[in-house]
Amino acid sequence: MQSVTSPRLREEVGSRAPRGFRVRGKRDPAAAPSARTRPSPRPSPRKRGEGVLSRYPAVERCAIRTLLLAGALLLFGNVGALARDPDKQSFQVIEHGRYMAIAGDCTACHTAKGGQPFAGGGALETPFGTLLAPNITPDLPTGIGSWTDDQFVNAVQNGVGRRSDHLYPAMPYPYYTRMTREDIIAIRAYLDTVEPVQNKVIANQLPFPFNQREAMVGWNLLYFKPGVFKSDPGKSAEWNRGAYLVEGAEHCGLCHTPKNAMGGDENDRAMQGSVLQNWYAPNLTGDRRVGIGDWTTQDIVLYLKTGRNRYDIASGPMAEAVTNSTSHLTDADLRAMAIYLKDQSAGGGGMPQPVSMQDPTMQRGQAIYYDRCAACHTVGGEGIVGLFPRLSGAPLVQQSQATSLIRVVLEGSRAVATNGAPTGPAMPSFAWQLSDPDVAAVVTYIRNSWGNAAPPVAASDVANMRKALLEQP
Amino acid sequence: MATKLPATDVVVIGLGWTGSIVAESMTAAGLNVVAIERGPWRDTATDFPPSYSPDELRYAVRLDLFVRTAQTTLTFRNNPRQTALPVREWGAFLLPNGVGGAGVHWNAETWRFLPSDFVLKTQLTQRYGAKFLPPDMTIQDYGVTYDELEPYYDKFEYLCGTSGTAGNLRGQKQPFGNPFEGPRSRPYPTPAQKQPYGPVLWAEAAKEMGYSPFPQPSGNLSQGYTNPLGVTLGPCTFCGFCERFGCGNYSKASPQITILPVLMRRANFEARTECEVTKINLDNTGKRATGVTYTDSQGREWEQPAEIVFLCAFQMFNVQLLLLSGIGQPYDVNTGEGVIGRNFSYQVTSSAQAFFDNKIFNTFIASGSIGMCIDEFNGDNFDHAPYGFVGGGYIGMVQTNARPIETTPVPPGTPKWGAAWKKAVRDNYLSTILPATHGSCYSYRDCYLDLDPTYKDRFGRPLMRLTFDFHENELKMSQFLTDRLAEIVQKMGPRQIVKLPRTGHCSIVPYQTTHTCGGAIMGIDPKTSALNRYLQSWDVHNLFVTGATNFPQNAGYNPTDTVAALTYWMLDAVHKQYLKNPGPLVHA
Ligand SMILES: Cc1cc2nc3c(=O)[nH]c(=O)nc-3n(C[C@H](O)[C@H](O)[C@H](O)COP(=O)(O)OP(=O)(O)OC[C@H]3O[C@@H](n4cnc5c(N)ncnc54)[C@H](O)[C@@H]3O)c2cc1C
Ligand code: SF4
Repeated sequence: MQSVTSPRLREEVGSRAPRGFRVRGKRDPAAAPSARTRPSPRPSPRKRGEGVLSRYPAVERCAIRTLLLAGALLLFGNVGALARDPDKQSFQVIEHGRYMAIAGDCTACHTAKGGQPFAGGGALETPFGTLLAPNITPDLPTGIGSWTDDQFVNAVQNGVGRRSDHLYPAMPYPYYTRMTREDIIAIRAYLDTVEPVQNKVIANQLPFPFNQREAMVGWNLLYFKPGVFKSDPGKSAEWNRGAYLVEGAEHCGLCHTPKNAMGGDENDRAMQGSVLQNWYAPNLTGDRRVGIGDWTTQDIVLYLKTGRNRYDIASGPMAEAVTNSTSHLTDADLRAMAIYLKDQSAGGGGMPQPVSMQDPTMQRGQAIYYDRCAACHTVGGEGIVGLFPRLSGAPLVQQSQATSLIRVVLEGSRAVATNGAPTGPAMPSFAWQLSDPDVAAVVTYIRNSWGNAAPPVAASDVANMRKALLEQP
Repeated sequence: MATKLPATDVVVIGLGWTGSIVAESMTAAGLNVVAIERGPWRDTATDFPPSYSPDELRYAVRLDLFVRTAQTTLTFRNNPRQTALPVREWGAFLLPNGVGGAGVHWNAETWRFLPSDFVLKTQLTQRYGAKFLPPDMTIQDYGVTYDELEPYYDKFEYLCGTSGTAGNLRGQKQPFGNPFEGPRSRPYPTPAQKQPYGPVLWAEAAKEMGYSPFPQPSGNLSQGYTNPLGVTLGPCTFCGFCERFGCGNYSKASPQITILPVLMRRANFEARTECEVTKINLDNTGKRATGVTYTDSQGREWEQPAEIVFLCAFQMFNVQLLLLSGIGQPYDVNTGEGVIGRNFSYQVTSSAQAFFDNKIFNTFIASGSIGMCIDEFNGDNFDHAPYGFVGGGYIGMVQTNARPIETTPVPPGTPKWGAAWKKAVRDNYLSTILPATHGSCYSYRDCYLDLDPTYKDRFGRPLMRLTFDFHENELKMSQFLTDRLAEIVQKMGPRQIVKLPRTGHCSIVPYQTTHTCGGAIMGIDPKTSALNRYLQSWDVHNLFVTGATNFPQNAGYNPTDTVAALTYWMLDAVHKQYLKNPGPLVHA
């Protein structure tokens, strides 16, 4: 029975699929380019060593190439960069581009919820209004099919669109600028292989004056430092690779670095934690109380790879980052990132005094904690590894702002599920059971127990979050 | 007319405990698997959040997770001379519906059968002579031995993270474990749960009487555990809202908590929920299944062709689908011939309620399987010759719950309502215990399943008809076990003991256990079994049937560890033999 012993390709039933309700095994969002979407061979593909130069011995071939290249450069000026660009038809290049697109987490914005890959429309809430990520499939009229590579590179590295219009830094070009042209061309090569989707996206939904793209010129002058990443010869190759990824493609600072009133990075407080979209992206510096000072390199690797380690489990936007991006990176790249992150000096910690247990809010919080939280997070706040995050000594709990904690208590949360840690445990919503002062008390309690110390939470903070959650799309 | 869908490799009917195990195993082998489940999708995070899952009225009283009798039910009678009537409100057992099946709302008492249980007929006739057995008793050997099943018991227990204390490691007796159990190849994956006060006192009393008490093996975990599939379980919090409920704490081994997170990530798996299989289709030879027909929630009919069909729809519905699909010869009570519906068996439980003056037990500190047990009087662990019956069961103080609506213990003679009743509940709630016995139920010629001649389900198909009663052998056994239990409880110094042995006819009204067994049993002879020793239909070689349906008779234990072990045993044969060479694995 051949069909049973050797699995055949599933026949698609398609959306006509008739059934009461269908729950299907998830498809890996980062699956290798499928046979269907791989580029068809060019009319006259040249295999390695078969080309016009194959008559010459290897060394001479090399020299001749250099000569040809120099000639081309002379002839075509800066377009000559093309000659050095990777072969966009090579499987290795496309595969590398796929990997870099994952590292850059392009899909996070450019694939709308439930939408087709890279067809755009993903909404980005910014303090200034909503932006929609454009369609970056190779569709000619509505995607980037008609863009030249230079235009593509310019958009990614410099935030300048095809018509020399300025992109908003929601597109993380202040980070992507550090990526090499080679990597960006590879991404382009990969994007050329995805299904073209006709989907016209009006990216700019901002109100006046923020809808004035020209304003970005001034913004760029102030906050944008263009330039490809330069390695630090004083550091190891691993450190440099890690820096390249963290500061470039992975654009970690976009969420984790505090922003000024204009949305620019406060670089003197890099990675010290920041609020966005009603979440708090925690401190990633070496601070032992609020940062990752206590995490080992391996803890960081595990966290990025599986979404969990002995301290914590990713949820909220970080769960998405793990699902779409970090869990698909190679162990070597994750290690490199961890080594770089571990090398950040401590910052943003401070030494707050814990709220006293005599405080009535703390006592109220403790009573609620015992009733509602202790069953999973345990009386001593140790949690259960891989299931219920640790609260005692946990950096996430002691951030300067309790945004994520309030949110999770109100809304509940589902942790990330990955191949390495498939459980995906959840915390229920308590919005219907706990009042604003209750939530404030219990969050204050966990922020100031078992050696934790962090500013108390006011009932009004909870009320504001309740309102914000009701209003969010 | 059913619309035909594209073929798949494997179709699994019912995504409960065994269906999940089968689907995981088959997808891991690279096959495309479609599971068709009549009930809804259910998930720990969204369906059992601990903030509202301990809702006794919704789940334990109104039975939210079970199949509704309006959806399907069965008819019941005690013997073939009576007219069976439909069950309109569930009682004796609670039948599953929805992803996870009864694995969602089970207690997770996770027992292995004794080695002798698998060779019961041989064992009892050799030890006592054939005449010792009642003439209408139809017990059989399983066709598989304990030693053959051991690796598969082990596999299920490590999937679940079962908490317990081994009593026999590779033939070496271990202190504090069950000295009667068959040899285990390795210890339980997690240590036994901590015991509450009542079970501790009960075990001390049992020990004083010379018995060897041990913690009941439990699928409510004692500590965090990550299973071989990579899924993590947490320690049980003794919430006491366990059986009849889903566990929101990730602590009770269930398909949701041990398998589905991995299965749902596989691209070669698809679950279709709220779709009820109405028929297993056969080709024109009648020897090969071509797939199944099912009806979706809109009432539309679909045909799903497949190369292999696994029938995992729980004991009762397995038998129903076989009968409705015309697979195998239906059992005829008059001639004793035929196999589908034959050897239905159940479980014979009893208890002894004990009221104390001077002890506070806090029985609400509970979990589905927590407690202490003895096994001296199970199976053939003791000489039955002096007592005139066969079989037995474990005896234990298992503290599953003291939920407020259902738990109102009052001594006999208390008024049934009013101030005096309320006072009696108040006085006794914390100081009353209800230890129990969990006895075997052997099979008889007049206990069987067939299609009801009168009553039909919502599709117009005949309902299942259950013909069952307790036989004298089982009632004697229940009296004997209850007496032994009461002796132990007496040692604890109660004010009053009320013995509640099983007596009289089987009633379908009070809850007993959902351990219905048999109806498509395994064996070595196609004349007396529906399935061969690999759970393959004797008649249709690409149809495999899992569940307690397989048991020729029931032992004095809860079934699921054995149900799952048999499933893994079957899967091993499918992988190693059947996929390479599809056809009958045993030639009759
Ligand atoms: C309250 C309770 C407590 C229990 N406690 C214990 C215990 O402590 N220890 C123990 O060992 N056992 C216990 N059990 C029994 C245990 O749950 C079962 O043995 C086990 O779940 C059986 O697994 P299964 O795969 O055969 O069936 P299930 O897990 O029940 O799965 C069968 C599935 O098939 C589906 N189905 C049925 N018919 C169809 C159809 N026609 N089409 C599509 N789908 C269909 C059902 O909806 C169900 O989801 C308990 C059961 C109950 C109800
Ligand atoms: S008693 Fe334990 S295993 Fe059962 S539902 Fe409660 S926490 Fe879960």
